[in-house]
Order: sequence, then structure tokens, then C-alpha cells
Amino acid sequence: MADTLGLYTFKIFRYNPDKDPKSRYDTFAVEVRQGMTILDCLQKIKGSLDGTLSFRRSCRSAICGSCAMNINGKNDLACHLQVSRLRGRTITINPLPGYPLIKDLVVDMGEFYRHIAAVMPWLVRRSPCPDRELLQFPADRDRIDSAVNCILCGSCTSSCPQFWFNPRYLGPAALLKAYRFIFDSRDEGRDERLAIVDDRYGVWRCRTVFNCDEACPKKLHPNEAIAGLKIEALKRSV
Amino acid sequence: MLHRYDTVIVGAGLAGMRAALEAKKGGSCCILTKVFPTRSHSGAAQGGIAAALGNAGEDDWTLHMFDTVKGSDYLADQDAVEILVREAPGTIIELEHMGVPFSRTPDGRIAQREFGGHLRQRACYAADLTGHVLLHTLYEQCLKEAVTFYPEYHVLSLVIAEGACRGVVALEILTGELHTFLARAVVFATGGYGRAFKITSNAHANSGDGLSILYRAGLPLEDMEFVQFHPTGFYPSGILVTEGARGEGAYIINGQGERFMKRYAPDRMELAPRDVTSRAIQTEIDQGRGINGGAYVHLDLRHLGPDKIMKSLPQILDLAMRFTGVDALKEPIPIQPTAHYSMGGIPTDNNGRVLLNHAGAVAQGLYACGECACVSVHGANRLGCNSLLDAVVFGTRAGRAVLADLPAIPRGDAPPDSEDAVRKELRLLLDREGNESLAAIRDDLQTGMQKNCGIFRSDSLLRAQLAAIGTLRGRFERVRLHDRGARFNTELMELIELRSLLDFTELIVRGALLRTESRGAHSRTDHPTRDDARWLTHSFARHTPEGPVCDYAPVRITRYEPKERKY
Repeated sequence: MADTLGLYTFKIFRYNPDKDPKSRYDTFAVEVRQGMTILDCLQKIKGSLDGTLSFRRSCRSAICGSCAMNINGKNDLACHLQVSRLRGRTITINPLPGYPLIKDLVVDMGEFYRHIAAVMPWLVRRSPCPDRELLQFPADRDRIDSAVNCILCGSCTSSCPQFWFNPRYLGPAALLKAYRFIFDSRDEGRDERLAIVDDRYGVWRCRTVFNCDEACPKKLHPNEAIAGLKIEALKRSV
Repeated sequence: MLHRYDTVIVGAGLAGMRAALEAKKGGSCCILTKVFPTRSHSGAAQGGIAAALGNAGEDDWTLHMFDTVKGSDYLADQDAVEILVREAPGTIIELEHMGVPFSRTPDGRIAQREFGGHLRQRACYAADLTGHVLLHTLYEQCLKEAVTFYPEYHVLSLVIAEGACRGVVALEILTGELHTFLARAVVFATGGYGRAFKITSNAHANSGDGLSILYRAGLPLEDMEFVQFHPTGFYPSGILVTEGARGEGAYIINGQGERFMKRYAPDRMELAPRDVTSRAIQTEIDQGRGINGGAYVHLDLRHLGPDKIMKSLPQILDLAMRFTGVDALKEPIPIQPTAHYSMGGIPTDNNGRVLLNHAGAVAQGLYACGECACVSVHGANRLGCNSLLDAVVFGTRAGRAVLADLPAIPRGDAPPDSEDAVRKELRLLLDREGNESLAAIRDDLQTGMQKNCGIFRSDSLLRAQLAAIGTLRGRFERVRLHDRGARFNTELMELIELRSLLDFTELIVRGALLRTESRGAHSRTDHPTRDDARWLTHSFARHTPEGPVCDYAPVRITRYEPKERKY
């Protein structure tokens, strides 16, 4: 498994406003072995070539969502993408588009998190809970399965042109979160939550370009969820 | 900058956020975390959370307790285990009411699967994403209750005045500024120390910072020599493959096509506890019976059928393809043991109050819960699914202890120089000239720990590692950073994390060297049997100017006398 894949060129977006108001690209040559991920390569660059290179990472197993970035033009998690899966010998890495830049590949996701918080992302119960679990049948659980698996990496919202043009738009990740609760058979906060998403900065700003579905590294379908929410919102108004 | 809260919590995993939901009821409360809350490593737990709900056959808490005590190789404190298992069912129901989307039985109840070392089917789960759904649900509850978060704040030291902890000093990663958080109660929930090893399932963030901070402040650390190796990490990355795979029925196969667990644990086979299974796999590999003689064996899911695999283990299917290039529906997955869980940590009483010494004196205003703490409910070897449970049960209890204690804790002032020492230290690290590379030292440390202080240990290996750590410490003094700026300086963070690793790996090795027996996850080839007469004790390592010193305290045994451990 230690087979070498040879030398790759990494072309990486660099930006540190404390030093230079302008961004630039740096290139690094990395000897890549079979099995190495993009994150492995970034770690190698940081460890042995340039310690100033900044990026977020933690779990390295595609569940924490820290290392989402734009790799060869597509948003993805650096930790689960193997170099051998990419075409060509030059790999271009940019920060996630659409968010304010902080440094190198690190972006400010404050707005993204505020949008998540804005959709009442918690189970609302008005009637009292029993001593035991609330019953939920497997078919009802399946309905929210994909939404539940979202890791908040921000790839989808970052890929959405509507969000680029107007960051007030809740964006696909927050709408997927709203879906996760609106379609949870145990939830009793449906009307309030629908009122939040039934808004010009909510579901109606989605233009169905499907970038979000394509960008999701976990193969989830925020676009489908938004479509489901639109139908519920329409039902609400008739 | 100065901030004042009644309670400051360090760490936003399951334990920290659960504690916050309680502490918030008694006053102002904030959570400091070096990664955004949903990035915490609790989210990487896959298989389940244990409780004797009895949704899949008869079960009760005494059976869960016996399995846990036996799993711990009788080193767990039984009064603490009793609390853990008795509170488990109520805890699961409470989590479900908070919105946790557990997988369900056909009649709508919480589904439960088998797990290693548990003789009943008691692992509540959400496919193979159990930690993920728990972490996100607790984060959502914290949003609902308006808990204040300071994400990407790296806590560096305690504020101590008049012998009591009055808060913490933290580095704001974005700006490089120092902040003092004054608090009447400080809760550490900083997670484990798996990053000490080369092959690990742990996140980059799991560098044991919290342990190092308390150790440097003169507090002891308990049972540090006990590190769990999970039997199934992907080869070669060490990334976790849930025990839930074996809970669903997966086989482990060696290079000769043999289900070799029959020679090590004939009754439980693949569902023996993790220490037993990891030793078995390592033995097969060491004796040349890995796949093609290599350093891995196979985990075979194929006989479970595509429907079950896709429904119950969707994440594993995806990760296997991404990290090993294997389609687990059609081929077996290459796996190896991987450093996974820290049984040792900050000693606490059964309510999360930090112990000042092995005699049981309690520190005022200081609490710990989750993997960074050692209650001890896991003893020498934790059972799968008991860690998420530990984090939630003892996170809750620590939060409630804060509530109970707050009225009696005075509001203190910060010593005017609270940030000075930290600022000086950081300056020193940033300005240091030298020719050593941080990444090279870290790599040497992790490689050495893996080889000398891994699944099998011996006097000579451990002594070699102790010497190596001494050398690495010298090299650490000569690390030159490339990044000397203030803004989002992750290189500086990595250096601080390396310092933590160097602090506590010495305690793991020393503890292991002193403990001349084999118990649970601690296996000495030169002392292969358990020695209850001498070693039915917890170790407490504390800092002295001459180096670490170990004290010992007896194990609390209430219900189950130690017996020979067979599976």
C-alpha cells in the first residue's frame, strides 16, 4: 500500500490580510503515495514545506465537516478525497466560495451558522412527553434520514448562486435543517418553522439550480428537501 | 479581554454541552471550544449508546453493570458504574425527547443492537452515526437554551487565586488575542488523548490539552496507562470501523481464511471486549497470519447482505470505499487495531468534582466530565457504547453539581497578572530560533508510542520510550515556527498541542512501566497475568519538580468480587 503515485503540484489559494491585502496562489510539489487524501497532502505541506498554510481540519473521517474546501472547482471534504481519484497532476485548492475570507483556506462561517440557528433547529413539543420514548415508525424515521445525516460542512450553501448574491438567504443547509424538523413525526413546531422558511429569504429564493445537491460530500439532497418545503409552504397559504 | 460568567465549560462535545444545559439553569454559562461545536469528536462515535431498555429482549441494569465491571477487568469503581447503568435508560429517554433520531423497531421503539462485551442487545443506535446525531441534537438544545459559545477559542491555562480555580485564559484563534474568562465554576470536557499514537481513530483535535493544563497546575491524573485500542480501524489510516459492524454479525478473518477469534474468545467470538479482540488481531499479525503476511486482517460484512449493510452501516460502506478502495458489499475490509479511547484522565468524584489527590479531597469550583475525566466507570477497558453514555450521564451530573455548589462559591476577581504568564509563554514559542520541525517531533513521538507503548508492552520497550520522550522534549525547545503572526495561527496551536502530548505521554509510559501486571488494555509481555493482590489499584500521577510521581488508591468494589475474566 506504500506505492507511490509520483509528484503532484498543489496550487493553493493564499491570503493573509495582516501581511498583504492581495491574495495569491502558491504552488507546492508533493510526492503522493497510494491512499493519500487531499488532507494528508495539506498536512504534509504544512508540516514540511510551509507552516504558515492555514486550513481547518479535525476528524479526518468525513463526519466533523471542518475541512470543506473547493478542490479542482468542486466543493468537497479534503479528508475523504483521495488524490488518486482526481484527474491530472495539478490540483487547485480554493477556500469555500461565498463566505468572507479569513486566511488561506479558512473562511468566516458565522452567517452560515446564524442561518442554521434561525430555523428553530430543535424538536418542539407542546403536549407532554410520556415516561418512555415517543414512538416513531421506521417509515417516518426514514423520511428525515438524509437530513439527519448533514454534517454542516457548508459545501452546499457555498455553492449556491443565490447565497453569493444575497447572504441573507437562509441557504440549502439551513433549509435542510428546517426540513429535518418539519418532517419529523414527533415535532409540533411545524407552523412556526414553516413561517420562517416561507419567506423571500427562505425557500422562495431557491432557483432550483441543483448546485447544492451536486456539492454535498455526503450525497444528501437539500434541493429535494427545499422542494418538499415549498409544497408545505404552498399548502399553508391556500 | 475580561469576561465574567458563573460557569465556564471547556469543550463542546457531548459531555460539555450536556453539562451546559444544566449549569445554565443556575446562572450565566458559556462554552469555550477550539473547534466549532458540531466538529467535536463525539460526532465520530458510530455504533451506539448502551442502556438496559429491554427493547430487544430481557435486560436490566444489574446485567449491564456486571458486563461493564467484567469488561473493565475489575478496575472500574463499582459505585460509579452502578450510577452509570441505573441512570442509562432515563438518559436515553431524555435524549429521545430532546429529538435524537434513533433508529427504530418495527413497532416504533428505539432499536437496539449487539455490541462487544455486552451479553444483552442493549446498544441504542442511529444507523452507524449515533455520535453524530447525539452531538447535533445537544448542539440544537444549546441553541434553544441560548447557551453562549466561544468557538475557536483555545484554552491554555487556569486562573488560580487563593488556591482556588477562578477561571481560564484562552487564545482567540482568529485574532491571536488572549481572553480571561472569570468563573465561579469551571468544567473541563476536553476529550481524550488518542493523538499520542501513530495509528489512531482520533481527530487531530484530541491532543489531551485539558489534561495537560490541569497536570501543569499541580493536579493529578488517574490511570493514564490505560489506553484502548479499537480492534477495527481501516488499514492503513486507523480511521474507525464501528463495532456495530460486528454487532450486526461481521466476521474477522486472518490470512489463512480462519475466523480466529474462536481460539481467543470461543463464547463471544467477534463480540468479545475490545482489549481481547485487539490483542487477538495483533497476535495474528505478529505471528505472520495477517492477510498475505501483512499488518492487517479482514473484516467481512458480505454475508450480511446488501440490504442490511446499506440500512445499518451506510457510513462504513462509504468510508470503506473512500479510505481503502474496497466495496464492502463485495470484498472484505482491511483492518488493524487503532488507538481509540482514553480510560484514564482527570480524577473526579461521582458528581464530576475534580479530585485534588488520591485520598479523595475535592477541588472547589473545578469539574470534569466525558473522556477527559476518570470517574472511573471504565477501569482498565471500556465496553463499546459506554463512552457516549458516560459523557451524557456524567456531563449531566457535573452540571448538576455546579448548580448545587454555585451558591457557596464566591465571585472572585482576576489576579491582575492572569494573562502575563501565558503571554510570555506564547511569545517564547513564537520567537524561538532553532532547526527542529514540529511535525517531525510529533511523528517521532507517535511512532515511538505506537511501537513501545501500544497493545503489547514490556519493561525494555517502555524504558526506551521514556528515554525517547526525554530526547523529544529537548528537541521541542528548538522548534522554529514558520508562522509568527497573530491571525488564525494553526501552527502555534499545533505546537501547544504537541506540548500537551509530551506532557501526558510520559505519564502513560511511566504508569505502564510501574504497573507490573496485565489488566484490560494494559498488556505486559513480561508480566502476562493480572495481579489483584498488588495492582487492584488506581494510579494517580502528579507533577513534582523532580518529575512525575505515582500514588495509588484502592478500587471501590460493591457488588462483584474480581474473578478470572473469560469470554
